[in-house]
Amino acid sequence: MNTRNKSSRVGPLASKAETGPALDIDALLDDPGTSIVVCCGSGGVGKTTTSAALALRAAERGRKVVVLTIDPARRLAQAMGIETLDNTPRPVPGVDPDARGSLDAMMLDMKRTFDEVVESQASPEKAAQILANPFYVALSSSFAGTQEYMAMEKLGQLHKDALASGRWDLIVVDTPPSRSALDFLDAPERLSSFLDGRFIRLLLAPAKGPARLMTAGLGVVTNALTKVLGAQVLRDMQTFVAAFDTLFGGFRQRAQKTFELLQAEETAFLVVAAPEPDALREAAFFVERLGAEQMPLAGLVVNRASRLSLSGLSGEQALAAAERLGPGSTTSAPAGLTAGLLRLHADRTRLVARERRLRRRFVTAHPRVPTAVVPALSTDVHDLDGLRLVGQLLAG
Amino acid sequence: MSQVTVGPDGAPSTLGDVSKDVTRDPAKDPAGDWPGVRLHVVTGKGGTGKSTVAAALALALASRGQQVLLCEVEGRQGIAQLFDVPPLPYEERRIASGDDRDGEGGEVYALAIEPEAALLEYLSMYYRLGRAGKALDRFGVIDFATTIAPGVRDVLLTGKVYEAVHRNKRGKNQREYDAVVLDAPPTGRIAQFLNVNSELAGLAKVGPIRGQADSIMKLLRSDLTRVHLVTVLEDMPVQETADGIGELTADGLPVGGVVVNLVRNRELDATARGLALEDRLPRDQIEADLVKAGVDVTPDLVTGLLREAREHAERRELEDEQRARIAALDVPTYELARQPDGIDLGALYELAADLLDQGMA
Repeated sequence: MNTRNKSSRVGPLASKAETGPALDIDALLDDPGTSIVVCCGSGGVGKTTTSAALALRAAERGRKVVVLTIDPARRLAQAMGIETLDNTPRPVPGVDPDARGSLDAMMLDMKRTFDEVVESQASPEKAAQILANPFYVALSSSFAGTQEYMAMEKLGQLHKDALASGRWDLIVVDTPPSRSALDFLDAPERLSSFLDGRFIRLLLAPAKGPARLMTAGLGVVTNALTKVLGAQVLRDMQTFVAAFDTLFGGFRQRAQKTFELLQAEETAFLVVAAPEPDALREAAFFVERLGAEQMPLAGLVVNRASRLSLSGLSGEQALAAAERLGPGSTTSAPAGLTAGLLRLHADRTRLVARERRLRRRFVTAHPRVPTAVVPALSTDVHDLDGLRLVGQLLAG
Repeated sequence: MSQVTVGPDGAPSTLGDVSKDVTRDPAKDPAGDWPGVRLHVVTGKGGTGKSTVAAALALALASRGQQVLLCEVEGRQGIAQLFDVPPLPYEERRIASGDDRDGEGGEVYALAIEPEAALLEYLSMYYRLGRAGKALDRFGVIDFATTIAPGVRDVLLTGKVYEAVHRNKRGKNQREYDAVVLDAPPTGRIAQFLNVNSELAGLAKVGPIRGQADSIMKLLRSDLTRVHLVTVLEDMPVQETADGIGELTADGLPVGGVVVNLVRNRELDATARGLALEDRLPRDQIEADLVKAGVDVTPDLVTGLLREAREHAERRELEDEQRARIAALDVPTYELARQPDGIDLGALYELAADLLDQGMA
């Protein structure tokens, strides 16, 4: 759980694979054994749209679905009826009821989720004390990783609710927009190790007694800290740590449970990427990491792939033809139209070739990862019809 | 590549003065659009290419003979990847220099700022902590201070940038820079990141770190600083850009320009795109042209070309909507074309030249 490095690669070591297996989205969604689908990937690759589209498709194929989104585009959130951030799943209007499925959606409110955990774990007075502490405010609203941690926390809660109430049989989770897809898996560990850190133990030590030996060193440290931060900061810190300490055992346990849930067979990870070097590199790291954590990978979704509408005319041929047409020699109106079409095609050919090259590299390194390629749409997705279309494209 | 030019090309007149199509003569207009700015903060939504733009801006500034420092703060070695050099240490390293030999060539130095190293440096610089400094590290305090309190972390990161901007001859081996370009956290977090003061407010009401935050804030709010936002012509990034500008303005942080990245090429003019959208492009004429150009014409080929034209026109229509929203933001705008082969060093130089042409540097 603590291999936070990207230094060692995992792969076939020698491979000439050019095409990997296709990812069968419908089989995945229809399988009653699938009860959690987690969409991960680096920021800006279309995770939110993908998770919403998968959830809608599953619901319209008969599953009782809840989708946890992190930060949907405003219009999409409106279309799904979740523009108010209230941390509660609500039914999405306009879902086709023929297959007797249902779709609820919610948007994660990170701070509120954190507050609720504190409130559920501590006595009212203690909870109030924690919620008001400036360190808690900082931790709950902007600690790098809190969003990931809270997404996991919420997933755990939804799963518990689903089991208890039978309201849902499939949970689709979007993950926070981070630079690195690995953040989602690392955040809980990061928070744990932070709250478990040596310094926190030290701050608690005087209250707990036995760490006498360290007090001399601690004096130097607190003096230095007081110099830099001021005495009041240190006092706040100590109050916070003391108040939070008793709570933290609970936090750890919950994180551990969610982590185990992610390793269970009922979970399926979909790694989402765009056909760009950075996104595919992140996807590769994530795929390897899932393997190391024994987490079930369902496949890779490559969004926004460029495609060609015609064959038999290479980019070079198109450019050469455009050149030959030159200015003035064309019969078409508007002027230069045909040459423009040809150059457009040449440009697209280059883009397609580049993306294909990038994808092939991924396949060579990860020949067994089933992949779905979703062509780029020429319009934005901001309503259920758009999501349906994406769902169809995902299903191939 | 060269046929991709940046310019209005029949864009609807409602767009106003969005893009500058006049190639500027740097000799006559030495300062560009941002005279006197020493700190260029570059932010943008994930996937819009903010690091690429930051690097291109640093190169553009250096090409005017300036000494430029390009900083990254997210610990992901993006600069090293872009320039294809080994990972950067916490140390200023030269990564690009002009090739003119008369000594006037500008240079780009790069620095990957890490909060832990910055804190230790800060401590030794201001407090001479000696033994305590080591103790801090041993007791996990450095780790603690740079993780828990995001305020502290951001003060350390921006503090290093502040130091680089304000550096003077005081230090012996210190390099002075004409401009610092900061590859900053994404748009969603930029106002919070730069507003170190209010982030710290709850944590440290008095004390030295608070004083440090105040000086940084003064620089960030001054005329020496501009925050540029990178976007692409899609709904969500443009929305985030608008939100980001609103937040920055509310916090008194000076907004610079908007860089529209990954713009599609503009082969078809407005008339052609209008016809393409209605499926009314003159098929027969196009076919005749193709035959004349020596293309092996089949019906499928023409249909395919027409479909590509229509998709292109649809995308462009959407882009124009977004472009109009950006124009309404009323800040200087720069456009960079999508590089069909991806970003390498050559592409970076090209983008830098585009920024230069448009007056950003």
